[in-house]
Amino acid sequence: MLAEATRDPDAMSGTRASEDRAGTAAVALGLRLLSFGPIVILALLVLAISLLTPNFLKPVNIGNILAQTAVIAIVAMGQQLVILTRGIDLSVGANLALATVIGGLVFRVSDSAFLVILAMLATGTLVGFVNGAVYVFGRLPHPFIITLATLSICRGLALELSINHTTMRGMPAGVNYLGETSSLGVPNSFFVVFGVALLVLVMMKSMVWGRWTYAVGGNPKAAVEMGIPVKWVLVSTYAFAGLCAGIGAVVLSGRTGASSPLYGNLLELDTIAAVIIGGASFLGGRGHLGHALVGALMIGVIRNALNLLNVDVFYQMIAIGLIIVLAVEADVLRNHLEGRARTNQARAQ
Amino acid sequence: MSAAPVLSVRDGHKRFGAVHALKGVSLDAYRGEVLALLGDNGAGKSTLVRCISGVHALDEGEIRLDGDVASLSTPALARGAGIETVYQDLALFDNLTPAQNFYCGRELAFPKWLPRGLRFLRAREMDREAASVIDRLKVRLPRFDAPVALMSGGQRQAIAVARATVFARKVVILDEPTAALGVRESRKVLDLVRQLRDEGNAVILITHNMEHVIDLADRAVVLRQGRKVGELKPERANQQELVSLIVGAEA
Ligand SMILES: Nc1ncnc2c1ncn2[C@@H]1O[C@H](COP(=O)(O)OP(=O)(O)OP(=O)(O)O)[C@@H](O)[C@H]1O
Ligand SMILES: [Mg+2]
Repeated sequence: MLAEATRDPDAMSGTRASEDRAGTAAVALGLRLLSFGPIVILALLVLAISLLTPNFLKPVNIGNILAQTAVIAIVAMGQQLVILTRGIDLSVGANLALATVIGGLVFRVSDSAFLVILAMLATGTLVGFVNGAVYVFGRLPHPFIITLATLSICRGLALELSINHTTMRGMPAGVNYLGETSSLGVPNSFFVVFGVALLVLVMMKSMVWGRWTYAVGGNPKAAVEMGIPVKWVLVSTYAFAGLCAGIGAVVLSGRTGASSPLYGNLLELDTIAAVIIGGASFLGGRGHLGHALVGALMIGVIRNALNLLNVDVFYQMIAIGLIIVLAVEADVLRNHLEGRARTNQARAQ
Repeated sequence: MSAAPVLSVRDGHKRFGAVHALKGVSLDAYRGEVLALLGDNGAGKSTLVRCISGVHALDEGEIRLDGDVASLSTPALARGAGIETVYQDLALFDNLTPAQNFYCGRELAFPKWLPRGLRFLRAREMDREAASVIDRLKVRLPRFDAPVALMSGGQRQAIAVARATVFARKVVILDEPTAALGVRESRKVLDLVRQLRDEGNAVILITHNMEHVIDLADRAVVLRQGRKVGELKPERANQQELVSLIVGAEA
């Protein structure tokens, strides 16, 4: 081994230079195309569907899509941050349901929109915090199990607290306003999505916290070695995902004017699907706000279109499943192309 | 070298379950000196380094900085105390750009009264600083705004070494910094090592390359199976002795 280190592994350099340059350009082009893939697919979907059914692009229907997508979009933004740090949150749907039920219980004693909203947001954040704290300080190898456990606990708690009512009617006017009313022809829930998106954008792009979530997702070991408080980054990420579930609860309760322990069923899968088909990497470290939003919109558009076309629900599921496979393959291809780019670099040296 | 050591480890022990990785290692490092830390695979070199840089805590023994017992229980504390480390696996973030890698964990940000994580990044300032450092160190990068994932092994190593160079104030530890490099790139890294030494840092260099040791090191400490088995001034004349200390055979 001592002799080996003195050998020169640099002998390859200088060969096949022009060929490499062409290869490098092709790889760069491929990576660029992949990064725009989801948006292109969304645009093609919209185009194809609007040709199939003229109702699709009517303002009323677009308003419908936005309103129906709002909850998935909001919760997906939290899920996206969790996935960015190499995690997963299976509890978001049940967390949302529990938050609506707690909000409903508060509404029984007070019709203050402020208190009801506060209760929902606090519930969501607390559940998220517990997820993160148990995962990190309980030294679990992966967040899968703990969020699966809180999924079960939240759903059970929501059923228990609602005393087996499947729906509890009534929400304060302020909550209905956020979830149901429209302003300037645009559903108010869209503005909620917009607000959350703005917040997430600032946190991820401009704040140290956002940089740290990328670092933790990119290389957790190095994040420790570079002195990043990895444990707190993770706990706060799960707490934030919980907060997003709480915001989703406000919007959904507002839209339906009710709360229910059955809300948010399979929302964890929808949000994970949204993040992945939007183009974020399931392996962590790679992804941004746009991925969650584009993915959520894609799911919303597919659901809406198949409704308009009177297609059975199970075809919706199959369609979304196929797109997930496509998205994951695109991620694999991206990693492959990056490997190619790296070897090209080494040879060009 | 008559001055007091800037860093000294006293009788350090470290166990990983049944593995006794460090068995009472002592070592001194002086400003303006390159100390080679040698030993066969598994001798405990990286473990010792990781104890000094705050990743692991010593089970027994102490680490002194400028004569005072230092609490280096986290990497942030060690970095804050002026100890920079180039880890064997580089500790780079593939998804971040070179500048982002440089400042990761100690971002320039404002306002100061907020907790660190909630501050706002001074992105342009960090880009500018990092670019000027990369330039000064004559590291050639294809693009400055691309993630590190797209760069070659040599470029990545250069980024990791350059990062330590910028922030070094007392002690710089390099764990096999030339392992993945060709002759030309190795030479560049060794130039950086000299520069670090000349700036008054204590440099601890781990390498398996005897040429580099004889070229560069003022002193060499040899570990074998977690014990310090020798310390000498490496010269061409005692290269054989050095090698047999490392592998454990009698010369
Ligand atoms: N985190 C850990 N957990 C358990 N055992 C460990 C850990 N880190 C190191 N060891 C063990 O400690 C011993 C010393 O390892 P270390 O990495 O310090 O050797 P090294 O001298 O750096 O070797 P190399 O030249 O291969 O890098 C080995 O037996 C290794 O298996
Ligand atoms: Mg090692």
